[in-house]
Amino acid sequence: MDSFDKSCNVAKHNYDECFQKWFNRFLKNRDTNLNVCDAEFREYQQCLKKAMKEEKLDFKEFEEDILGTEKEYKPPPPK
Amino acid sequence: MKYFEDTTTFKYSWDQVVTGFWRRYPNPESSHVLTEDTLSRELKENKLYTKRMLTKTNRLPKWGERFVGNRVVKIIEESILDLQNKTLVTYTRNIGYSSVMSVVERVEYRVDTDNHNQTIAVRSAWIDSSVFGFGRAIQSFGLERFKKNCGKMVSGFNFVLNQLYPTHGTQLPRETVSHSKDRLSDAANKAKSIAKSGPYYASCAPEN
Repeated sequence: MDSFDKSCNVAKHNYDECFQKWFNRFLKNRDTNLNVCDAEFREYQQCLKKAMKEEKLDFKEFEEDILGTEKEYKPPPPK
Repeated sequence: MKYFEDTTTFKYSWDQVVTGFWRRYPNPESSHVLTEDTLSRELKENKLYTKRMLTKTNRLPKWGERFVGNRVVKIIEESILDLQNKTLVTYTRNIGYSSVMSVVERVEYRVDTDNHNQTIAVRSAWIDSSVFGFGRAIQSFGLERFKKNCGKMVSGFNFVLNQLYPTHGTQLPRETVSHSKDRLSDAANKAKSIAKSGPYYASCAPEN
């Protein structure tokens, strides 16, 4: 799948590939060493964050965590 | 605010479903999804926290266009994958235009306790609009579109899972489709009879 900025595609796909390999080891062998993809992630993020800045995206909205917090929506009570 | 809830069974193990989750796009049903990026990812005590940004086209009926100029909408998808308890919870919301229409979706993927080779996905969605005079119409439109896209999401995800695990799972069987159609019309009839603003339970609408 393409990145938000096409110029980040190569870095993104390198990272995705590294992550997916690690994820298989995580499921099968409980390999918790996600750091193996740090270099790929850093390169990808450098490109992506620059592209997001150029688009003037509001980072605050992106950084906010909702899941697992009080702000998470709850289903209405059953009737 | 409108509320929607649905449960889907995937004929794949939880390990397979969560592996497929990261490769869900593109698929033949996801032409409205344009891009996908990982913004952050962290592993804490066997829980994987991920935040992704998706961009999607946001097709609106003619009368809705006056409220939204830019038709590409950005979606934030947070997820927590708990390896210990074998759950994956995803929480998505749109960024920008959220006063026009906000769609929040929470999906929890867990092992089917009756059949460990299957995975249950419980989907909840909240659709809101605070456009003066049009809020209710936009909510109804948003709900209908969500139900339609929801069926696409399921069949698109099944397509990806079948590509990854062709010998394991079965294609979405015919009877499931017609079954959910029946459930949909039942649900639609039921929906007519319940209060318009009340909680709304229905099944994902298959794409016609």
